[in-house]
Amino acid sequence: MSERRMHIHVDQLTMAYGSNLIQQDLDFDVYRGDVFVIMGGSGCGKSTLLKHMIGLYPPAKGEILYDGKSFNRASEQEQFEMRRGWGITYQTGGLFSAMTLAQNTALPLQQYTALGAAEIDDIVAYKLALVGLGGYQDYYPSEISGGMQKRAGLARAIALDPEILFFDEPSAGLDPISSQLLDELILEMQESLGATVVIVTHELASIFAIASNSVFLDAETKTMIDYGDPKILRQQSEHDKVRKFLARGGTPGGGPA
Amino acid sequence: MAGAATPAFRLADEGRRLELSGDWVIEQDCPAFTALRQQLRQAQPTRLACGTEALGDWDSALPAFLLQCHAYCVEAGIDFDTAALPEGTRRLLGLATAVKPHRPSPEPSRSLLEALDLGHRLQEGRKIVRDHLEFIGEATIALGRLLTGRANTRREDFLTFIHQSGPDAFSIVTLTSFLVGMILAYLGAAQLAQFGAQIYVADLVTIGMLREMGALMVAVVMAGRTGAAYAAQLGTMQTREEIDAIVTLGISPMEFLVLPRMVALVLIMPLLVLYANVVGIFGGAIVAAGLDVSFIQFSQQMTNVISFAHLGTGLLKSVFFGLLIAIAGCRAGIQCGRSSAAVGEAATRAVVTSIIYLIVADAAFNILFQELGI
Ligand SMILES: Nc1ncnc2c1ncn2[C@@H]1O[C@H](COP(=O)(O)OP(=O)(O)OP(=O)(O)O)[C@@H](O)[C@H]1O
Ligand SMILES: [Mg+2]
Repeated sequence: MSERRMHIHVDQLTMAYGSNLIQQDLDFDVYRGDVFVIMGGSGCGKSTLLKHMIGLYPPAKGEILYDGKSFNRASEQEQFEMRRGWGITYQTGGLFSAMTLAQNTALPLQQYTALGAAEIDDIVAYKLALVGLGGYQDYYPSEISGGMQKRAGLARAIALDPEILFFDEPSAGLDPISSQLLDELILEMQESLGATVVIVTHELASIFAIASNSVFLDAETKTMIDYGDPKILRQQSEHDKVRKFLARGGTPGGGPA
Repeated sequence: MAGAATPAFRLADEGRRLELSGDWVIEQDCPAFTALRQQLRQAQPTRLACGTEALGDWDSALPAFLLQCHAYCVEAGIDFDTAALPEGTRRLLGLATAVKPHRPSPEPSRSLLEALDLGHRLQEGRKIVRDHLEFIGEATIALGRLLTGRANTRREDFLTFIHQSGPDAFSIVTLTSFLVGMILAYLGAAQLAQFGAQIYVADLVTIGMLREMGALMVAVVMAGRTGAAYAAQLGTMQTREEIDAIVTLGISPMEFLVLPRMVALVLIMPLLVLYANVVGIFGGAIVAAGLDVSFIQFSQQMTNVISFAHLGTGLLKSVFFGLLIAIAGCRAGIQCGRSSAAVGEAATRAVVTSIIYLIVADAAFNILFQELGI
């Protein structure tokens, strides 16, 4: 794969909350068009890594580069422009509870484009339909199911046809069929938008179904212990822990049929 | 097993063998681990095996005891041999020890001496003050952007907050200011009657409400009502990652969340205070009527003392009070932790901080007005 172009480069990253070290010396690349999975046990710092990647927390050490450009050292205007190309869903929702699904999805469009109200309505309707929520425009997040909230979050994330999609456990708490549908949706987005996807997930079925590359964070040594295609890591990782983590799911692609 | 046997342990074989006996069940008075720890400390074995010949029934009490024993053995480098334990206990213990217990990083375990360290406290105090000033500064910048029409603020939000802090607060403001007016009148009447000067109750109530009590009472009510609500709203948004989402959309939470709340409160406060003044003076007039000061006399006396200075000082205060309450509430909400308990703390902090702000500001205003002779 000689034409793989680097998109995100995490450079010697150390993350900490105050003096509470979470992970150190993370160093990996995400290539353009990758579906990149961040794996690891609960509490090892996956969400924390994602929040560093989207610039919410400044690194304790090291840097994250997008197309060679550091987010943290960029000017406010540059940061604004970089963020325009990102779509993000959060582990605990992040939907604005005081706004309807339509208003939620419309917000990025209002923020970053000069579209009129009617045009925005059309795009919102399309995005919601894309995630199977057509007709739910005027519902509030509290009025729809957990799975629907996940998809509504996805609709907001793809509102601006982002270059990079960040997902924090998109399928957690969903039944196997819905989570498979969500996987398919993510792959579909990735292919049709040509986006790079960075995704935090535990779901082995998803990992094998969609991942093209991955990093494994370890809570004990507080660093990444493996990096590569999970299908290969499952057979060939030199770390017992990684093989065990990945073997729990049975055969590759052996998700819900 | 009828007639339960008392649970007990014995350290035998120079501390190398832990003999458990009796029924280790919750209903029984099971020995605490501290006793065993002391004995182990004295014996200092390198290996500890379990003896269970005399062990009867057991439930969670036993693994709970053994878990502490296991932790001590790990710490003291003792090889803890559980082979003789009942199969079930061993499995449960295995599960309980499979994941290492979470240890907070070294920092929180400060010694008493360090905790009392004044230098450290001073530093923390300075940090809090700096945080407050930073927040106020950011809010001011956002306000500037709003005034120049560049802020990212939704009009609907703004109207909602106006409604929440204005009309919705009407009844409680009516009640409190009416009663405060009455209280002022009673307080003054008792003293003034001694000189046969009841008529001056009108002065007292009017000036008292306009200059001081109107603004302060409304502010206290709003701190408890609206300030706490702001903190809870923003705190909940923080726990649900809504604020993260706002930041990553490139929107300033200051403009999007804090500004509409702040402006709503600042606009509403003077109106509420005006209303509270009217109601309070009315309350005072009713009390005065009962003390042989008729409504006509009262209103004549009142119009004599009302001046722009009295009214203006109260209204000026109310604007600042509104600002302070909004800042205290929003700051507590934005800096809220990520749990639901943290939301409660944020609401409490909002109210406590606003009341401190209010009292300090009120004192400062009164000193200032005194110096300026207003
Ligand atoms: N805002 C915060 N402040 C302080 N510590 C935090 C904060 N958020 C997370 N942590 C700590 O950081 C560690 C990693 O948390 P994180 O949420 O990144 O885990 P995770 O890998 O996403 O876990 P999960 O799979 O359960 O979502 C945890 O030990 C947690 O206690
Ligand atoms: Mg997480």
